Amino acid sequence: MGKKKTPAINSSSTADIAFLLLCYFLMTTTMGEHQGLQRRLPPIPDKDQNVQDQKVNRRNIIIVRINAADKLFAGNEALDVTFLKDRIKEFLTNPANDPNLPEKEMKEIEGFGQYPVSKGVISLQNDRGTSYHAYIAVQNELVKAVNELRDDFARQNFGKKFAALTEEQQEITKKAIPQNISEAEPKDVTKK
Amino acid sequence: MSKFGGSNNKKEVPAVTSSSLSDIVFMLLFFFMVTTQLRETENKVIVKLPEASEVAKLERKDLASYINIGTPTKTYQATYGTDARIQLNDSFKTTADIRDFIAAERDAMSEADRSFMTVDIRADEDVRMGIVSDVKQELRRCSALKIMYSARKPGK
Repeated sequence: MGKKKTPAINSSSTADIAFLLLCYFLMTTTMGEHQGLQRRLPPIPDKDQNVQDQKVNRRNIIIVRINAADKLFAGNEALDVTFLKDRIKEFLTNPANDPNLPEKEMKEIEGFGQYPVSKGVISLQNDRGTSYHAYIAVQNELVKAVNELRDDFARQNFGKKFAALTEEQQEITKKAIPQNISEAEPKDVTKK
Repeated sequence: MSKFGGSNNKKEVPAVTSSSLSDIVFMLLFFFMVTTQLRETENKVIVKLPEASEVAKLERKDLASYINIGTPTKTYQATYGTDARIQLNDSFKTTADIRDFIAAERDAMSEADRSFMTVDIRADEDVRMGIVSDVKQELRRCSALKIMYSARKPGK
């Protein structure tokens, strides 16, 4: 046997030190809570601008209303939350060019070309007594409808899911299928 | 020192090396360090986020300001009741204080980041929309228009 017997530094305690640190982070951590539904609020309208806003064509708007008992109405009919998605998809795509559903406008999309973009707007109204839970459920369905349409568009034109597209392609898809959800002015709070 | 035993039969079974144990633990440690975000403020209201399947991640956590809405926790119910309240930073506030809060949050950010500020509304799933609408109206008045409704993925 050789005579080189330098004793190794005892490293068994590093594990303990690391465990201590690990425990500290485990205790103080809160994970993955930063997710949600992102929205843009409409700016407060000026007094003279108000009139112009009202001019949106009747057929281009669908009013989704949740009343104080968390009952959902789309258009003017009562509807279950589970059917809302299909109703919205039909509204936004208007496959049969129904004159009661929103019109489409040929728009030039940069890097893509002409595409008939739907002018449909979803107007979401709620009562002060609506529960937040129901409100988010409806919001979620609306987002899901738009996301599925975007997925369809992406698959047709790029052969991939929306999430797998490049940033430019995602921009194009977003322009082709905009997410027009307007959160109506609450009626009883309008006066300052 | 023959390799194939023979004369030297009394070789001991070598101990399992535990030196890689620390590496494994360090890996775990780094994982938690990266995914962690420290709790900054104490929650004074109970917030059980509603479920939503279409949630998107917030890209810049540092640009978010939080508005918590919910019923006060047990210790504060004696003074504040069980009605839904708004918590900004570390204390109970009313909608009238949101303006100051937003202004303070804006000031704390660099000029370039201000337009990306997101207000994260963390409301309990049982609160009524009345209070949320009030908050939204106030935010519109402060032109803090980028908002996010916090929600969690179902089944978690």
